[in-house]
Amino acid sequence: MTVPLIQPTAHGLYCAAGDFYIDPWRGVPRAVITHAHADHARSGSQCYWAARPGVGLLRHRLGRRARIEALAYGEPQAFGPVTVSLHPAGHVLGSAQVRVEYQGEVWVASGDYKRDFDPTCAAFEPVRCNTFITEATFALPVYRWPSAHAVAEAIDQWWRENAAAGRTSVLFSYALGKAQRLMAALAHDRPGAIYLHGAVAPLTALYRDAGIALPPAARVSDAPRAEDFRQSLIIAPPSAAGSTWMRRFRKPVTGFASGWMQIRGNRRRRGHDRGFVVSDHVDWPGLLQSITDSGASEVLTTHGKADELVRYLTEQGLRARPLATLYGDADDLSEDG
Amino acid sequence: MQQFAQLFQQLDEQRGTKAKVAAMTDYFASTPAADGAWAVYFLSGRRLKRLIGPVQLRQWLAQASGLPLWLVEQTHEHVGDLAETAALLLSDQDRIGRTGNDGLADWVETHILSLRGLKDEQRREQVINAWQSVTADERLIYTKLLTGALRIGVSQTLVERALAKASAQPQPVIAHRLMGHWEPNAEFFQGLFAQRSGQEDASRPFPFFLANPISTDALSTLGAITDWQIEWKWDGIRAQLVRRADATYLWSRGEAMINQQFPEIIDAAEALPADTIIDGEILAWDDNVLPFALLQRRLGRKRIDAKLLRDVPTRLLVYDLLEQDGTDLRSQPLSARREALTNLLDAIDAPLVCSPLVQAQSWSALAKQHAESRDRGVEGLMLKSKTSVYGTGRPRGPWWKWKVSPLTLDVVLVYAQPGHGRRANLYTDYSFAIRDGEALVPIAKAYSGLTDTEIRRLDRWIRRHTIERFGPVRSVEPIQVFELAFEGITPSRRHKSGLALRFPRIARWREDLGPNDADTLEQAQALLS
Repeated sequence: MTVPLIQPTAHGLYCAAGDFYIDPWRGVPRAVITHAHADHARSGSQCYWAARPGVGLLRHRLGRRARIEALAYGEPQAFGPVTVSLHPAGHVLGSAQVRVEYQGEVWVASGDYKRDFDPTCAAFEPVRCNTFITEATFALPVYRWPSAHAVAEAIDQWWRENAAAGRTSVLFSYALGKAQRLMAALAHDRPGAIYLHGAVAPLTALYRDAGIALPPAARVSDAPRAEDFRQSLIIAPPSAAGSTWMRRFRKPVTGFASGWMQIRGNRRRRGHDRGFVVSDHVDWPGLLQSITDSGASEVLTTHGKADELVRYLTEQGLRARPLATLYGDADDLSEDG
Repeated sequence: MQQFAQLFQQLDEQRGTKAKVAAMTDYFASTPAADGAWAVYFLSGRRLKRLIGPVQLRQWLAQASGLPLWLVEQTHEHVGDLAETAALLLSDQDRIGRTGNDGLADWVETHILSLRGLKDEQRREQVINAWQSVTADERLIYTKLLTGALRIGVSQTLVERALAKASAQPQPVIAHRLMGHWEPNAEFFQGLFAQRSGQEDASRPFPFFLANPISTDALSTLGAITDWQIEWKWDGIRAQLVRRADATYLWSRGEAMINQQFPEIIDAAEALPADTIIDGEILAWDDNVLPFALLQRRLGRKRIDAKLLRDVPTRLLVYDLLEQDGTDLRSQPLSARREALTNLLDAIDAPLVCSPLVQAQSWSALAKQHAESRDRGVEGLMLKSKTSVYGTGRPRGPWWKWKVSPLTLDVVLVYAQPGHGRRANLYTDYSFAIRDGEALVPIAKAYSGLTDTEIRRLDRWIRRHTIERFGPVRSVEPIQVFELAFEGITPSRRHKSGLALRFPRIARWREDLGPNDADTLEQAQALLS
């Protein structure tokens, strides 16, 4: 065929045959959304399609008046001659890979995804396709995530030690997805209460509304007057670090949960007391596995180390090329990781 | 090596000094003596010579990991540290065998130093085997040892404090035992724990006592000027000279023995009575003090020939008397030590000379002399309390250094390169140029002076305004102007400008200036003294 089924345009990834966009970065008539993170779900489009479990989060992002059509995972939706279905991506609640079928040819735009265990969202489902569009945020072989279980234990132990020393534990993490995943992984036997920053609390409420089991947690601002937080775990977005908001905690110990924490230089530069390697993105082995699982003969890459991944895959005998998008710039560590 | 790797990780993760000292104390108290000796060796900043270069290590890493070489190289650039790249690239699950149970000493002596005698092929095999038999933490340490780049972020004082705790010996005793040259073996480590005896190694210097900076405004808090001994702050090599009956030892503050570089000072020391230790500054000197750049010519050489001795004559300007006739004078007040020192040197000629005192009736009168510092070829003034003992470290109070404000030039950023360690992955090593007609000529590199926020912002700017890449170096659009502060300027062939700056650092990011506002080569040359 002459025109690729999906291609980048000024407005985003576009499927001409079905006349819709995937995660457009400007307003368009029809937008299929992979997940509710800001760089993928932008306001201004006339109609959105998204996986049902993520609709609450998406509405929070896009506002009450946005028109959102909920699709069950696997449910086919026709866009003219093109059939679209959404499949779990394992990234955050309601995250989806977009399967696009037209005249027997299948493309999958995976959005952001991961293969690791996460109790707060449906697990990644491999989907067979001819062309696989994958993220490359952590597409270097040094990124191999430790088991979710081992990290959860490390965080539990860190909190216990801080509490025993009478110091507040402040864990910085991305507010949507990572924060809730960390909460869900905490041990049942906890040294104190969990408190949330104002940016984390409403998203956590939306997770609870969607039926995700999470341990009890209150907003920091709703804490009882007598609370001195020294036994508590506070979950806050990275932007709260060093802000005046932090002053209410006496001698806090800070931790940062991110895939970037795999690298010692990043850990030290961030200046937190501890770095925990937790990412909602796929690691190097998971990435290669997913490409194999897809059975795709062509791989298109977005975000981060797209060029490196293309060269590697090409040398492995696959057809691959980078796709220009405006999703997170991996050189900027303030981005989600 | 597991135990040492754990210590390294604890020191890396802990930010508080208390926790660092506690981790080291536990380690020293429980580790076998031979391992402890090597740990002290590395913790006190000593290094092995680099055994294998990065190019070779990357090739072997590609073989061991089954990845293409270019990907290993890209990954190394991304991580910013080769040892860490090795640690993370190879998977612990593929571990073969298990040699990590061996102690640090075994690792250094059997697995690392032994590589020296081997051919490349055998080295390759040994290194790859070692990589595949240890955990990621150990792989990091092992590879850092291979490259001679094991650096651990603890100060000497903290190491001394931990050893003092573990051994129940006073910290000054430990500090003294760690000075100078020693072999990292079990005997040495056990010696650190021993009760003090008369047998302490006679060649060793005392730990150097250091001064804190003070600003002009703060002088008024110092009380009466008559309570202070005032000297010029010389820009040379701080050194202690240990005179024994049978030998003389000249030590720099970096604890290098520098006898060979300064034979005239060693010869002159024969006039000193046995069992004397003096503290002073080595300076290049003919009729007056010469620039530091000349003194540097002495340092780089193994052998000092007659011509260099003639071209760059030196002297030891003596500040203090620490031991006389075998008696440790450090706990006596400075006034008493100074008196003993002048009596001692009275009968002795150059190149051993007592550091002259500066006299002033008031702080404001002293300020006038302070203003002449640069013309005199000194960096400012030293203020030492007359009652001060010769302590250890750098406590605030007894000694102050009152430096003249630095020279400055406004320069343009032209090249940038990523840093290492904490600054890996960030463009933090900068090259600056000044204007020469229409052209820009490089004059200095600088690494420090910006805040973390500025570093990140500049990093982003550099990535977006790159003109060309040369390996890790990027040339950038010559737009950003910085004010560089530095202590001196000398002719040099190293930079295209023909000038070199001493201690250049960034004083300010001058976003208010454009490249046409930068200083010119002419202006810089005018600063040559």
